[in-house]
Amino acid sequence: MKRVALWAPLAIFALVFVVVISGLVKPGETVVRSAMVGKPVPDFALPAMVPGKPGLSAATFRQGQPRLLNVFASWCVPCIAEAPQLLRLKAAGVPIDAIAVRDTGTAIAGFLARNGDPYARIGSDSASRVQMALGSSGVPETFVVDGRGIVVKQIIGDIRPEQVDEIVQAVRAAR
Amino acid sequence: MRGRVLTALLLVAAPATAQPVTPPAPYANVQLADPAKEASAKALMETLRCLVCQGQSIADSDADMAADMRALVRERIDKGEAPASIRAWLVSRYGDYVTYDPPLSALTWPLWLAPIALLLAGIWVARSSFRRRAR
Amino acid sequence: MIAEAGLAALWFAGALAALQLAMAAIGIARNRDDVSAAVRPVAIVQGLLSALAMILLIWLFLRSDMSVKLVVENSHSAKPWLYKFAGAWGNHEGSMLLWVTILGLAGGAVAIFERTLAERTLTATLGAQAVIALGFYAFLLFSSNPFARLSPAAPDGLGLNPLLQDPGLAFHPPTLYAGYVGLSVAFSFAVGALVTRDVGPAFARAMRPWVLIAWIFLTLGITAGSYWAYYELGWGGWWFWDPVENASLMPWLAATALLHSVTVLATRDGLRAWTVMLAVVAFSMSMIGTFLVRSGILTSVHAFAVDPERGAFILALLAIYIGGALALFAARIGTVRAGTTFDPVSREGGLVANNLLLSVILGIVLIGTLYPIVAASFGVQLSVGPPFFNKAAGPIALLLVAVMAAGPLLRWRRDEGRAVIARMALPIGATVAAAITLMFVWPGVLAWAGLSLAAGLAVASVAPLWKRNLRRTPLFTYGMVIAHLGIAVSLAGMASDSAFTQETLVAVRAGEPARVGPYQVTLDGISPVIGDNWSALEARLSVVRGTQARVLHPQLRFFANPPTSTNESAILTALDGQLYTVLGQPDAQGRWQLRLWWKPFVTLIWFGGVLIALGGMLSLIGRVRRERRTMLRAEWA
Repeated sequence: MKRVALWAPLAIFALVFVVVISGLVKPGETVVRSAMVGKPVPDFALPAMVPGKPGLSAATFRQGQPRLLNVFASWCVPCIAEAPQLLRLKAAGVPIDAIAVRDTGTAIAGFLARNGDPYARIGSDSASRVQMALGSSGVPETFVVDGRGIVVKQIIGDIRPEQVDEIVQAVRAAR
Repeated sequence: MRGRVLTALLLVAAPATAQPVTPPAPYANVQLADPAKEASAKALMETLRCLVCQGQSIADSDADMAADMRALVRERIDKGEAPASIRAWLVSRYGDYVTYDPPLSALTWPLWLAPIALLLAGIWVARSSFRRRAR
Repeated sequence: MIAEAGLAALWFAGALAALQLAMAAIGIARNRDDVSAAVRPVAIVQGLLSALAMILLIWLFLRSDMSVKLVVENSHSAKPWLYKFAGAWGNHEGSMLLWVTILGLAGGAVAIFERTLAERTLTATLGAQAVIALGFYAFLLFSSNPFARLSPAAPDGLGLNPLLQDPGLAFHPPTLYAGYVGLSVAFSFAVGALVTRDVGPAFARAMRPWVLIAWIFLTLGITAGSYWAYYELGWGGWWFWDPVENASLMPWLAATALLHSVTVLATRDGLRAWTVMLAVVAFSMSMIGTFLVRSGILTSVHAFAVDPERGAFILALLAIYIGGALALFAARIGTVRAGTTFDPVSREGGLVANNLLLSVILGIVLIGTLYPIVAASFGVQLSVGPPFFNKAAGPIALLLVAVMAAGPLLRWRRDEGRAVIARMALPIGATVAAAITLMFVWPGVLAWAGLSLAAGLAVASVAPLWKRNLRRTPLFTYGMVIAHLGIAVSLAGMASDSAFTQETLVAVRAGEPARVGPYQVTLDGISPVIGDNWSALEARLSVVRGTQARVLHPQLRFFANPPTSTNESAILTALDGQLYTVLGQPDAQGRWQLRLWWKPFVTLIWFGGVLIALGGMLSLIGRVRRERRTMLRAEWA
């Protein structure tokens, strides 16, 4: 066995060590990001969730105006935390639509009554199909969609107060 | 009667985590009628990752998102779609994270090449242990 | 008071480890035999002190002492005593203390029982053991103190994770750790032998029993873990190539290779470099596994609580120990490498192939487990799971099975290819017969190959016994036969489970029957049940097969501390497989979800594992007896 080969195991260990250190120092993402950012909103048409508020379809997002698409549910606790931020966004003139995942009309009506209603439209996604088509893996999540129906940005988790301005900027820039 | 009341109480007293109020999608927990299709769906489900779990396939998970993904897989297999196409659809939504079978790409070719490479390297190392055949 | 005593015991043990190291270093460097002689007793006391610390921690758990932080975070006064006891190691700090205890006791055992090794090498070995112990004592004392107090004391604890509240917790970790950490002895032997340049047959004969002991425990620990996950997690899976599972498999692969290699060194003075390298690699894999499981860099169902700071500490220890040992290897092995050489077609050649293939599988598992981290550094999230491992390692493992079948039938030093094939006629015949028969049921390529090779291996493993006087066959030959047979049995079970399992998912009301495999399962009713620290909904299932009728009780169990629910499966074991039943959620129409599996011959997987360990035990007893007889004969002569 050549002299060089004897040092190979140490070299291999050093390589493993480097890999492992990079895992410690730069921990991998704990959330699953959607791969649909930069792509068009997939085609869908969801029925209405509550009376008086229309259902949601992909066509809404191709009308030339950037909109927010909020994925939420009445059983989702962080959604309550982000409700004030959504109302602020609505007040700032940002149109917001929603899909309610695995939910019922009465529960959603109750949620809106308790936490406010920033939504123009709410679609009922009872089997998470549209949630999956968007590449969303949990609630709440918010997508910024530009006027041509392309997904521009994904916000995972509830919207924090500090993020509101940044989202308004993103919506204006997505024209 | 008391048994039934107690049963109902237990169901209600079950851990009060935030749970959806709707029943699971059809086909989340119901098998396809055609055994060949069900086997194909099962095989695919065992290679798709549950996105909200700590390292389980959607076949092995109690999570609601996993149930919905199972329903999606079964419905599409039932309609005749190929497993590879369903996997590709999910990858186009969630990236390679969702499949336990890493696709061969610029990033993963060392991974797939490793078995052969290791075998060859090992044979080369082992050569030195053998006696040179006397000519 | 008890907690402080435990902590004090730990500090004393650490101090003794430092003393042990110093004395070993001085004894060898300065050739001071008197100093070297004192190393043995120090090692024994160090082991006993760490055991004392562990006993005191268990005592704290049993008494539910809520002034100790660890007890509060992981226990509860209402828990059954068995889970208080086992819960002592059902968490990071406690399991690290168990690790260190076994490390100390293993060192102490070497100090007490090792009589055949040269005194200088033994001193070096105990010194190496002390170096390892020091690092882990430091880790415990400075970063993971199990005896930390909570002030003011809590009224009660947070309870133990319900998935761990199972007899498996009492058995699986201690057995697994005895294996993992037992490999430290092999590591220390290798380092000791490199330091004193004493790598030869005598060294191998001395190291072999220690390797066997660790390997037997590791085999049992992995088998137990697999069965525990199978019945506890509720989906009938027994291996998922999960990072924590891989962390236990990698040391086992290295230890198996080491086991075979050390025999070649002991009997033929060959494979010196391989043996020393494998001894270093085996324990290195144990340490890397310990690191992976506790650092949080990989996601797993089985992972411990995540803490990157602790991960960094262990990583530093790893760098010192593994880097140091590998550097020592590279520097010294050149001077001890003169062993005998042999033909490729020979028993030694077969064992080299065995080492090679096991190392390749080890490499594949390591690369596959770490690859998601590599991908993450490029910003890509990847999952590497069963499809990769089965496709990559499966064929190599099957090749290994073929080598395993031929190996014991090969002659030492030199053999003829044609003669070997003639000796293998019956096993090859069995394989072909099985392969043809199975084509009628076509279980899939991997399972077909697996079952056929298992048949061949089963025949080949008993072949060494033919034409032998069975009463005069050494015990360790029986050990080899049974261990290899165990592999064949296990492989048959794995292939059968993956190919022939039948699953039925139904939603039924009381009285509606369901079918799975040869069984008809009817839900009789659901009733509430109260346990020690849980309440449950229990189903009564009437299970009928032909004329046989049984009753099974799967449960949906609810715990209060911490609040969770678990599925308790109900399993019926028959001679030809298991019926696995799980109760699911009810739907709005009052029907109950049932998950039913018929798993033919699945129990062979773990039965095979036990056979493998049994083979190891027979080998161990056989070798120790042979050693003693040789020593006695030498004394008489």
